[in-house]
Amino acid sequence: MIFINSIGSITPNKTIENGHFQCVEPLYKELINPIQLRRMSRILKMGLGASTICIQNLPESKIDAIIVGTGLACILDLEKFLFTVLEGNEQSLSPIPFINSTHNTVAAQIAFMHKITGYSNTFCGADSFDSALADAILLLNEDANQVLIGGIDEYSEYHFFMNSEEHDLKNAQFGEGAIFFILEKELKDNSFAQLIGVHSFLTKNKKCNNNLFEIIKTEITLFLKKYELELTDIEIFVSGKNGNCFSDDIYDILQRDFFPHSDTLQFKHLCGEYMTSTAFAMEHTARHLSNCTEKYALIYNHFNLVNHSIILMKTSK
Amino acid sequence: MTLLTNNTNRVFITGFGIISSIGCGESDTFKILQEKRTTFRKVTFLETALTQFPVAEVNKSNHDLTLLASLSDNEHYSRTFLLGIIAAQQAMQMAGLKTLEGIVAATTVGGIDLFERSYKKLIDSNYSAQNKQQIAFSLDISDCTEKIADYFGIRSNVSTISTACSSSANSLITGARMIRSGLVNKILAGGMDALSLFSLNGFNSLEILSDTGCRPFDQQRNGITIGEGAAFLVLESEKSAKNKKIYGEIVGYANRNETFHQTAPSPNGDGIAMTMKQALKIAEINPESIDYINAHGTGTLMNDLSEGNAIKTVFKENIPPISSTKGFTGHTLAAAGAIEAVLCLLSLKKQKLLPNLNLENVTQELSFNPVTEMKDAKINYILSNSIGFGGANSSLIIKKV
Repeated sequence: MIFINSIGSITPNKTIENGHFQCVEPLYKELINPIQLRRMSRILKMGLGASTICIQNLPESKIDAIIVGTGLACILDLEKFLFTVLEGNEQSLSPIPFINSTHNTVAAQIAFMHKITGYSNTFCGADSFDSALADAILLLNEDANQVLIGGIDEYSEYHFFMNSEEHDLKNAQFGEGAIFFILEKELKDNSFAQLIGVHSFLTKNKKCNNNLFEIIKTEITLFLKKYELELTDIEIFVSGKNGNCFSDDIYDILQRDFFPHSDTLQFKHLCGEYMTSTAFAMEHTARHLSNCTEKYALIYNHFNLVNHSIILMKTSK
Repeated sequence: MTLLTNNTNRVFITGFGIISSIGCGESDTFKILQEKRTTFRKVTFLETALTQFPVAEVNKSNHDLTLLASLSDNEHYSRTFLLGIIAAQQAMQMAGLKTLEGIVAATTVGGIDLFERSYKKLIDSNYSAQNKQQIAFSLDISDCTEKIADYFGIRSNVSTISTACSSSANSLITGARMIRSGLVNKILAGGMDALSLFSLNGFNSLEILSDTGCRPFDQQRNGITIGEGAAFLVLESEKSAKNKKIYGEIVGYANRNETFHQTAPSPNGDGIAMTMKQALKIAEINPESIDYINAHGTGTLMNDLSEGNAIKTVFKENIPPISSTKGFTGHTLAAAGAIEAVLCLLSLKKQKLLPNLNLENVTQELSFNPVTEMKDAKINYILSNSIGFGGANSSLIIKKV
């Protein structure tokens, strides 16, 4: 059995600035050495800040592995370096944004700051948090006892292009976040919830139609069957609805056909739409489960109707 | 923590594919290795001002790569995707598979080359929104993986790993662990990276590009030569690989953080020493069993010294034959671990040690002489190292079956 025993997060908490959900950031100097802080990019501060809170929340932690899922990683630094080059400047470039833009920078700096010499991996893309979660479960089934896992993404202009007229993400409000968890095999007094399993899959069809609904329904049914559960066992349905009229149908249909008996929990009105938003969903659900009597919660989310993820959680009480 | 599991499904390699500056496919690649021929040249296909640095470029235009992959022309294919799909097609064909249960792919830049050559169209009002999205999406490095997955009809267990220059060692490790634990029975794992303005300028800003061509382990080594390419391996469980031709077995692996410095390895190579030891432990063999080490050996002052010292720490007086093949392929970044794994498979198959190119005087501080000629040898176990930014160290051990 796997338990979520600590959480550390830096999230928007409903804050909308400049047309998107923007993280409410803590006073980093209380978490990170101020001398190092000056050279750090924003996403690195967010990732180090959230992971440090997570580690501090679980005294005497001895972390075996760090796994990060990040949709676009350090995209602002990447854009900064790339656009300098594309504007024709190929001489005397500062290496700082290049170094900072390496996709595993956050995982590496967490390891560096907390002297964690174990396993480290970084997954990228729209289902990267789910891949990271699957890898964490695999590690805990090997011989890891304590895994630090996070989902991080920062808002960038990239989203402006994705938000263009014909796009399926039209009307969705974008967001960002840095959320870390410590997963362990041991039930503790401070356990938030139990993590049962994760499954992600791709669909080619970018339109909401019956074919897509059937694929998603089949995947959910088969996933639950693996854990010998029925649809009626799910008391909380966590829906990734993002306010986009073109792609929200699927959530309504699942609620109507699969989970009419369940309570529905939404989360994107708090964090916005972004590639690793399932990390936010997992935090939201874990906190909810730690305070209620319901047993099973199922998160279903899709990004752009292509990347779908299902996360199954259970109360640890 | 050692990544050991109670399940001990064996991890067999039933197919592999490779494309790099030294050739496309097994036989072309081996021919260049045999001839000890350098393919470093002035950059041809990438439009850059940095022409003073030789590169290890795949000698094919995007149009030629598209034809080679039997795809219809599409200006929105990134070069990274094209290299990846070609290597993946070869691997699948060799394994006699049409589809499988997952793909773990590694890349550092993904389809950034597409963005670089077409970003001006993002502000062109005559260009359709759909086309603009394709360009913008190329900054999401998982796009290449998803296109390959889509091509083979793979829907689940699709992931993209990016841990700098150890990326594809980690995709092979992740794939191997998934087989070992019984999660899947057959999976495609590997890596891909095309030359890009981004990486060429990035490594130039760090002042580690060689202006003569990389010279791994040489006293006068002066930096890396960037290469491009892709390699994919089909990994199968014993049950799934039954009655199939097996090219090797992944028996050991390790992934550790060095926690020394963001871009530099520790002088003693503590990180890579840890992964070599741990990989030997998982393989349940002694250091003496290793018959050949395919080193990371990038040709930078620090890497080769640090890795060499780590090899001394682990192997003490009994250092096996060593070479870095980056004098052939250049440093292919996220593809390096997988490309080198394929070169190791060729070494196992032909029972030959692979030569280290451009070596005149071995680094004085090191107590070993890398192999400089292709030599016959009895090879059962090969160790391959990968070291990336952020102290991302990984080692793999491949066994002849």
